[in-house]
Amino acid sequence: MARAAVSRRLTWRAATLQEVRAETGSAHTLVFEVPGWAGHLPGQHVDVRLTAEDGYSTERSYSIASAFSDRDDLVELTVQRIPDGEVSPYLVDVLQPGMRVELRGPVGGWFVWRPADTAPVLLVAGGSGVVPLMAMIRARAEAAVRVPFRLVYSTRTPEDVLYADELRRRALEDRGLDVTVVYTRRVPDGHGRPPGRLTAADLAEWGWPPDFEPSVFVCGPTGFVEAAADLLTDAGHEPQRIKTERFGGTDA
Amino acid sequence: MLDYVDGSSLAGPMRELFAVDVTAVEGRCAGCGLAGPLANLRVYGHDHGPGVVGRCPGCDEVILRLVRTPTDAWLDLRGAVSLRFSM
Amino acid sequence: MSPGFSGRRQPAGPKLPPGQYLTQDFPVLSAGPTPRVPLDTWEFTVITETGERHTWSWAELTALPAEDVTVDIHCVTKWSKLQTHWRGVPIATLLDDVETAADFALAHSYGGYTTNVPLDDLLDGQAWIAYEFEGEPLAPEHGGPARLLVPHLYFWKSAKWVRGLQLLLEDEPGFWETAGYHDYGDPWREQRYQGD
Repeated sequence: MARAAVSRRLTWRAATLQEVRAETGSAHTLVFEVPGWAGHLPGQHVDVRLTAEDGYSTERSYSIASAFSDRDDLVELTVQRIPDGEVSPYLVDVLQPGMRVELRGPVGGWFVWRPADTAPVLLVAGGSGVVPLMAMIRARAEAAVRVPFRLVYSTRTPEDVLYADELRRRALEDRGLDVTVVYTRRVPDGHGRPPGRLTAADLAEWGWPPDFEPSVFVCGPTGFVEAAADLLTDAGHEPQRIKTERFGGTDA
Repeated sequence: MLDYVDGSSLAGPMRELFAVDVTAVEGRCAGCGLAGPLANLRVYGHDHGPGVVGRCPGCDEVILRLVRTPTDAWLDLRGAVSLRFSM
Repeated sequence: MSPGFSGRRQPAGPKLPPGQYLTQDFPVLSAGPTPRVPLDTWEFTVITETGERHTWSWAELTALPAEDVTVDIHCVTKWSKLQTHWRGVPIATLLDDVETAADFALAHSYGGYTTNVPLDDLLDGQAWIAYEFEGEPLAPEHGGPARLLVPHLYFWKSAKWVRGLQLLLEDEPGFWETAGYHDYGDPWREQRYQGD
């Protein structure tokens, strides 16, 4: 378990890009090999550091997308390219398999789901905020537990949906997992709900009622998380049961 | 502009200093008395800035500041009455 | 090393202090929420070491003779921006009638920020209370309605949302200075951190 991995101070280590999967036009999943990776919990993140030739360096946090498996030393990050970003365009467009970055992690012990937890889970994602929630969905399947999960995923258009095929497949195959995608700008043909921001009605229809006392995880841009957390508390969810992860408004 | 992120973003920098994750640790604000995990702080200056500043989500008071120099880390926790580690 | 990574930067020119790079945009660094200060309640106060207070309203400040200055600014996070245009009131004008034996000043801002500067560095055409940037009222994210402008020191000394100066006989470190940053902050001597 990750407990063993958090018993000493962390430092930077080399991670080698092994494989790239295009998720959407602007997001890639980067599969890194990190020798001796001792495990992580779904919801944790890593910090990635880039260093230029003259010594200038900068770091950003990225959520881990994959569930931990003790069969390999792989860690998957899904990175959304932000056009004027400093780090994400490099990771998406420049970094090639075989190249290395520095990585620090896994870190973060609050925004995590543990397969031993028995409360129903409501996942609320805005845009690429779905990444750590996907790690939870994958870890649930990996651990073969039946805790009921609902994902409400707000994104701009059908082309922006991350993990679209896998979510469709898991919604059919993973028993007790419901997936709802809410579109803010444009909907697919034949979709009933008109495009628009996530509403209280969406959460009432596709989430869990507060009486079920679900554990709620909300992740997305800061503005989205503020709005969604307000809707949830207004609907009667206890603030203590709502865990949030805001990744700011820009390069995350 | 909502230019802050969650206290979870402190996890990496703090794990270079401490052997345990402090973002799940409960802190109490010296300003308004609100208690909660450091993960719930509002963190400013996370991607560029002289340092990171963690503020109370209840009253915006500064709870924590962390500055990295080439040789040192400066950690100021003056805004926290206490930190409660679960053992 | 990350081959092909250079960051959001341009090569340094000859006019820059050591370790700085040139930027054309104006990065916004924040340590907290941006204060919104209505002009009808805005005040600027000088408090001397004896506790004497001198206060200016927005109307009083902007009625004072202002100067247009063109200066280079250098942020401790390593960006420099050349030939920026500001309009504001010289600090020396505000201190004209202030009786003091102080050698130091601690600038205070709306929102709680502070920074320390030797008083001599605020006089003789070296520092202003600036309220226009590039011909426009200073935007809140850049410190409006008014900020301290001390361009010969690293830009964290140019306190945004400034609301006063506390004049002191002894130096008292401010917000970043108590967390490892240099008390003086001369970019040409690369005084970024305590001990530099």
